[in-house]
Amino acid sequence: MTTIQVKPQRPWKATPRDMGTTAGVILLSALASLLLVLGTGLKGKIGFMVCFILISTILQVVVGVRKFGRKALGDNIASSLIYVGAAIVFLPVFSILYMAVTKGAAGLHPSLFTETMFNASFLDPIDKGGLLHSLVGTLYLISIAMIISVPMGILTALYLTEIRGPGAGFIQFIVQAMSGVPSVVAGLFIFTSVILISPLKASGAAGALALAILMIPTVTRTSQEVLLLVPHDLREAGLALGATQWKTVATIVVPAARNGLITATILGVARIAGETAPLIFTIGGADKLNLNPFKDYQSALPFYVWKGLVLGTPESLQRAWTGILVLLVLVLSLFIAARTLGGKKMGK
Amino acid sequence: MNNAASSLADVSKQRATQKSPGSAPMGTGLEARGVHAWFGSHLALEDVSLDFAAGTVTALIGPSGCGKSTFIRTINRMHEFIPTAAMAGEVLLDGKDVYAPGTDVTKIRLQIGMVFQKPNPFPSMTIGENVLSGIKLAQLKVDNKEELLEECLVRAGLWNEVKDRLGAHAGGLSGGQQQRLCIARSLAVQPKVLLMDEPCSALDPGSTLRIEETISELSKSMTIIIVTHNMQQAARVSDYTAFFLSEGGPGRMIEVGPTTEIFTRPRDIKTENYVSGRFG
Repeated sequence: MTTIQVKPQRPWKATPRDMGTTAGVILLSALASLLLVLGTGLKGKIGFMVCFILISTILQVVVGVRKFGRKALGDNIASSLIYVGAAIVFLPVFSILYMAVTKGAAGLHPSLFTETMFNASFLDPIDKGGLLHSLVGTLYLISIAMIISVPMGILTALYLTEIRGPGAGFIQFIVQAMSGVPSVVAGLFIFTSVILISPLKASGAAGALALAILMIPTVTRTSQEVLLLVPHDLREAGLALGATQWKTVATIVVPAARNGLITATILGVARIAGETAPLIFTIGGADKLNLNPFKDYQSALPFYVWKGLVLGTPESLQRAWTGILVLLVLVLSLFIAARTLGGKKMGK
Repeated sequence: MNNAASSLADVSKQRATQKSPGSAPMGTGLEARGVHAWFGSHLALEDVSLDFAAGTVTALIGPSGCGKSTFIRTINRMHEFIPTAAMAGEVLLDGKDVYAPGTDVTKIRLQIGMVFQKPNPFPSMTIGENVLSGIKLAQLKVDNKEELLEECLVRAGLWNEVKDRLGAHAGGLSGGQQQRLCIARSLAVQPKVLLMDEPCSALDPGSTLRIEETISELSKSMTIIIVTHNMQQAARVSDYTAFFLSEGGPGRMIEVGPTTEIFTRPRDIKTENYVSGRFG
């Protein structure tokens, strides 16, 4: 008996010919757009993008209809529009990242992370002074705001999803209203209700309080969504095993929603890490390193960026761009750390 | 009597000869007296009185929506988790009403375990942790956890399949294995009564058979109440059968008796129509 060698195949994948057609469509559209931009009044990158999107959509649809008939018309138009939509969303994100990296990298130098602005001015050349005080300030702000908002947000979410006690509807309404509060109002609120009348003056802790006001609704609403995704069966199974509601929530519901709750925390940090407006009234904006968040002014990276931006000289603008780059890298590394530490136990 | 019903009766007879119902010497069992259940103003279950002798298996049969599940959920007080739910009547466990004021409801649920229709192992725990989760949840003290773990898995008929991967996540098991894991989990807290709400309805015939063997094994040491839509299953595993029916209004219990009699000589014509497959 002869044995037939069977090779694994993927007949649903695009053939080289299909890929060639797609590449041809893209190349042809790019070429036609280029000619249009060069030969007519349509000028610049935007003109090119508009032409490219229109021409490539039309070509793609024509190719699709020729291959699969009229039925493919709607399908091809829809998928082209979806690709265009995705590109339009990604474009600003990548151009911001590109700008921050290219412009910010020029100002990177070793003493940036070891020195403060205590003996330097924003108008000095970039290699004088550093942003250590702002980096430390931002870490303090994020940590204190997290210590306040994460437990409060998750407990509120648990009240709204698990206990559904009295006033749940009203609390839900307040949380929704809070997520719409302009960030400067949060700063003003802490300024009038804490800094003016309590012993806590403008400081890192006061700034963190203002940020917590912004972070709590984000953490609460995201946590609520993920807790609602935990199947009701699991709660019943826990209760049927003779557990109290508290035990069921703590040992079954929260661990099952663990990854989602970490995401809620990350989204909360993302909401506040770049905020400048609430800090203007609340942290003072020191130029020297201050390790005590409860006494005296502190700085923060967004504050440092803002200060450099308003001065407007080439040196101060360079400082602002470098501050933006450091802030981006800091937030990104916090997210990666949270994902790796949080994702460990679940395995897959 | 048509063929389907008489073949059911044959199975049932074999089972009845294996065991004389109600003879197991433990506790005083479980008794429901005049149980009613409401959802909001809708009366879902009316006046059910049933006596479950210790060490017997009772099957609850009847068409969907006749209140079987609602009834067993009143027994371990899971009914009250539905926000608009209400009930009337008494459920006596060893002579004490589980609804009496001052009763610790978590203790009731430790004594009356439950297995649900859909397998629901805890996804954040390993196989071993799942089995012992009741111990952790109810904060019980156990001398030898490994011994208990093995005992529960052996009794649930799962030990040989999982003994080498107790540290693996429960999500990797098949549906039938997951359901036996859930049975093992409810055994770990040593309940006197085990409620099973259509435990095999999501499983293939092979897994169903394994669970039925498990039920027969468990019935030597505990009282089991099983809701099922599968009449062969009721005939195979139970000593007694109760037939529930809702005729437009609230669900009521039409008839209860030794399983052999319900399937061969039902007193009520509605029971006979149901077990012979003429409706439902």
